[in-house]
Amino acid sequence: MRFERREDVSLPALFIAPFAAIAVTLVLCAGLIAMAGVNPLTAYAEMLKGAFGSRLSVTETLTRAVPLMLTGLAAAVAFRARLWNIGGEGQFYIGALVAAGLGHDLVSGLPVPLAIAVLMLASMAAGAALLVGPALMRLRFGIDEVVTTLLLNFIVLLFVGLMVEGPLKDPMAFGWPQSVPVASGLRLPDLVPRSRLHVGLILALVVAALVWLLQARTVFGARTRAAGLNPRAAAFAGVPLTATLVRVAALSGGLAALAGAVEVLGPTGYVTTTMSPGFGYAGIVVAMLAALHPMGVVAAAIFVATVFVGADAMSRATGVPSFIADVIMSVSFLTMLTALLFTTYRLRR
Amino acid sequence: MTEAFDILTNASLWAAVLRIATPLIFGVLGALLCERAGVLNLGIEGIMTMGAMAGWLAVYWGAGLWAGLLVAALAGLLLGLLHALLTVILGLSQHVSGLGITLFGSSLAYYLYRLWVQVGDLPPSIRPFQPLSIPGLSSLPFLGEAVFSQTAPTYLALALVAVAAWVLNRTPLGLALRMTGENPHAVEAQGLNPVMIRIGAVMAGSALMALGGAFLTMAAFNSFFPTMVQGRGWICIALVVFASWRPGKALLGALLFALFDAFQLRLQTTVSGVPYQLFLMAPYVLSILALILVARRARVPEALMQPYRRGER
Repeated sequence: MRFERREDVSLPALFIAPFAAIAVTLVLCAGLIAMAGVNPLTAYAEMLKGAFGSRLSVTETLTRAVPLMLTGLAAAVAFRARLWNIGGEGQFYIGALVAAGLGHDLVSGLPVPLAIAVLMLASMAAGAALLVGPALMRLRFGIDEVVTTLLLNFIVLLFVGLMVEGPLKDPMAFGWPQSVPVASGLRLPDLVPRSRLHVGLILALVVAALVWLLQARTVFGARTRAAGLNPRAAAFAGVPLTATLVRVAALSGGLAALAGAVEVLGPTGYVTTTMSPGFGYAGIVVAMLAALHPMGVVAAAIFVATVFVGADAMSRATGVPSFIADVIMSVSFLTMLTALLFTTYRLRR
Repeated sequence: MTEAFDILTNASLWAAVLRIATPLIFGVLGALLCERAGVLNLGIEGIMTMGAMAGWLAVYWGAGLWAGLLVAALAGLLLGLLHALLTVILGLSQHVSGLGITLFGSSLAYYLYRLWVQVGDLPPSIRPFQPLSIPGLSSLPFLGEAVFSQTAPTYLALALVAVAAWVLNRTPLGLALRMTGENPHAVEAQGLNPVMIRIGAVMAGSALMALGGAFLTMAAFNSFFPTMVQGRGWICIALVVFASWRPGKALLGALLFALFDAFQLRLQTTVSGVPYQLFLMAPYVLSILALILVARRARVPEALMQPYRRGER
């Protein structure tokens, strides 16, 4: 048996891949749940109930999906150009920090919509800078950006800790290390009354659509695809590789930082060093399950949010450790990776 | 300045250097072995986490310390096999599958730990490896405390550097492994199987990584908790580049790095007025700087990150 390259990417296979990957994942993880002495079907039913069982849980799942959509888009646009941005977590935090720091009192003179736009753009600029650096280091010195972006995650998180215990510490927080809050007038309005769901959801959907347009309908989009598929051929065809990759880096870093800003302006209102349960890393899984398609990212983000919110409720009901959510995520990442192989290769005897 | 001098001339600093360096030595040797055969193993962080959990759990359940190390190595072998299946057999992106292995290894370790261990107010602990007292040597002034009062796995790590250097540079196996990392087609032409060599190298390297993780829970500390690997795996990946893929230089890099880390830990307690986070950032900043420093003269194995498929160029 051997692998034979398909002439074209198989579209049906590409569409089936995530569903097959998730199905295989749920079967594999059923074994782990059974080890906890719980019927896997009961556990999965509890998860669904926990994520969609009530009005509150639906809004909670969607609230959780908003940052995942944005970090997922961040990973997807970078991976498409074979820029391995694993720094989403750090970019998320830097975006959150900038939004809280500037949003506390610095932009208070501006009209609200303008002030919010300024905050988001400032956050995105910080996140972009955080990824353009590693991108340039790869282009100039050949340093693997995976390693630099990963190391930067640790540096940024410590920096956030330093800021929320120091210059940006909230004096009203009874000694808790949390940042000063965003001015209340700048918080994103609720989408559903009496829930945490905010208009950030609409924003994330619009951004996903914009990224799709950018990739499908512009020269820049065509160039990123070319740069990712075959850099040498792309350069030969006249694609400016350096400029393209730097722009991709700015876009990707900016999107992950936007996730942080939206999280601060939306549900949380301030920054802590534990505000992200790994949104940046989960974004990579989201992008992979979406096969890097911006609209797929929306669906994959809702799936991952379902797993996380559902696993918490399931854990409370059955006693299965809630880390099962992380396991499901990582296994679906690996199975999706394998499933994607069959979109470009077929098995031949 | 006198403070710095006092710190540097204190034997306990040098003892700490060897202790901090040990997991890095295991990890960097493991990563080096994989990369010399042509496979980047970014699963290292998850493999170290799994090793830390598995080795500790075995001892917690009543196994001996050495049996615990064996269990950790076995867990590493299995995760290495998974990485090899994905990257060598299926030829998937080494970057992406490595990240997948890291996510999988760490989340599975956390899950199993929570499943099998009752955690109260304090995490349960084991009796870890104790410092060996070597007759004659351990009572030497300065050197006795600095070098000859370490735990057994530290000496194992140091010995493995020599073994790795010897195997890589002086044996036919090492030659085949290095050739697989440079030009797998030439290996095939010699009648050897580059696929098997890569699988073997990734598995062996992953076992070493897992031992590095196990050192954390079984010698440096006595219990397991999530996120305890703290990016040491990524630092190892940077150290391999810094060491130009040579075991001797890898040892040097790990020691240098550990010296810096031990030094900043002590500086933290003597210098006041500087936020402690700045000190904690140092190892990560240092790793990035090290990468920039050696980037221009890095000699990457030719076939690193290139999947090998028979008959396909």
